[in-house]
Amino acid sequence: MSRQKFSLVTDVPLILWLTFVWGALWQDFGAGTLIFGLVIAFVVVNFFYLPPVGLSGRFNILAFLSFSAGFLVDLVTASVEVFWLAVTRGPALRNAVVAVRLRSHSDLIVTATGHATSLIPGSLVVEVDRATSTLYLHCLNVSTEEDAEAMRATVRKSEAAFIRIMGTKEELAELRAEGSVS
Amino acid sequence: MLSDVVVSILLIGGALMSLAAGIGLVRFPDLLSRMHAATKPQVLGLLLFLLALALETGSWPLIPLLVLCWLFQLLTTPVSAHMVGRAGYRTRHLRRDLLTIDELDDVVACAVVEVDRQAPPHEADPVEGREDHDRRGGVDH
Amino acid sequence: MTGVIYVVQGILAVAVLLALYRAVLGPSLLDRVLALDVVLAIIGAALVLTMIVNHHTDHLILLVVISLIGFIGSVAVARFITERG
Repeated sequence: MSRQKFSLVTDVPLILWLTFVWGALWQDFGAGTLIFGLVIAFVVVNFFYLPPVGLSGRFNILAFLSFSAGFLVDLVTASVEVFWLAVTRGPALRNAVVAVRLRSHSDLIVTATGHATSLIPGSLVVEVDRATSTLYLHCLNVSTEEDAEAMRATVRKSEAAFIRIMGTKEELAELRAEGSVS
Repeated sequence: MLSDVVVSILLIGGALMSLAAGIGLVRFPDLLSRMHAATKPQVLGLLLFLLALALETGSWPLIPLLVLCWLFQLLTTPVSAHMVGRAGYRTRHLRRDLLTIDELDDVVACAVVEVDRQAPPHEADPVEGREDHDRRGGVDH
Repeated sequence: MTGVIYVVQGILAVAVLLALYRAVLGPSLLDRVLALDVVLAIIGAALVLTMIVNHHTDHLILLVVISLIGFIGSVAVARFITERG
């Protein structure tokens, strides 16, 4: 098992992350632990390699922070909503499976959007069509086409946030163009 | 004293989230809606409990491990929910009478018709496999 | 604080009973997997509670392991069911 080549953009974040995991598990961030963790991370990355993730190389920390704050609020809303629906509606609940067409074709963005979608109020990813990057969502308490449209708008909004955080320059330009038209 | 109050509130909030998951599991009518109940409150509940623990112990080296713990939960819960939901949808474990709109079913139906036209019918689920995706490329929705 | 601990324990006990009810009754295998996932999450919550009561942090690593095992377990069963049809 040998690797093709060492890619700076893909491997360095992974090695740093694994070193952090190592330090966190030992609950010790001394030099010795970190160096040993670095060695282990290097070995792991080189011997148990995964298909490379297509990182774009840019990461907007401000957009990330603003998204995280919104995400926490969404998480609380989602949990309270589930609680409320479970208590009040219960067995009388009506749902829908809605298709959402995403703009991006990057696996990372589609995955991240799917993750976020599963945790924002009322939606859960059932199926992904990678060829057309379409998410099929199971939506709680949706009975009309308007509700479904609102759900689509929410998902596309969180995808836009992910593109702003770590999309490629082309996707960002596309997003800007779309924003100025509408 | 104040930290005690905050810890109490966080603990009760987290426990209520577990209760939400329990009530949802029992009262929701089908697998996919139960999955909502099992996924979202879990993540928030664990976050509240870990915050309570961080406040209670107040030791700094612990924080990365708590963050790690929550991140693992955050990353794994949607994935396992998606896998369970996909298995449920494909093996027809959901109750169609409870769905008001089902756009995936329309696509699957289209794909089945198209596959039937192009090739002799086979057992495979039309959603499965890459060549089916390509064949479905023309289906717009 | 002690009163709060008792209340939290009570709520967790009710929650775990509800989840177990679904795990025993659950019409399909996937329902049971889901319910047991919730039971695992509640066990995690109970672990955190014991750590808070006893003022130690020894069980944190168990929490990480539990969440990973729950993940691998439900993904494995879901894949198994999908493959078998």
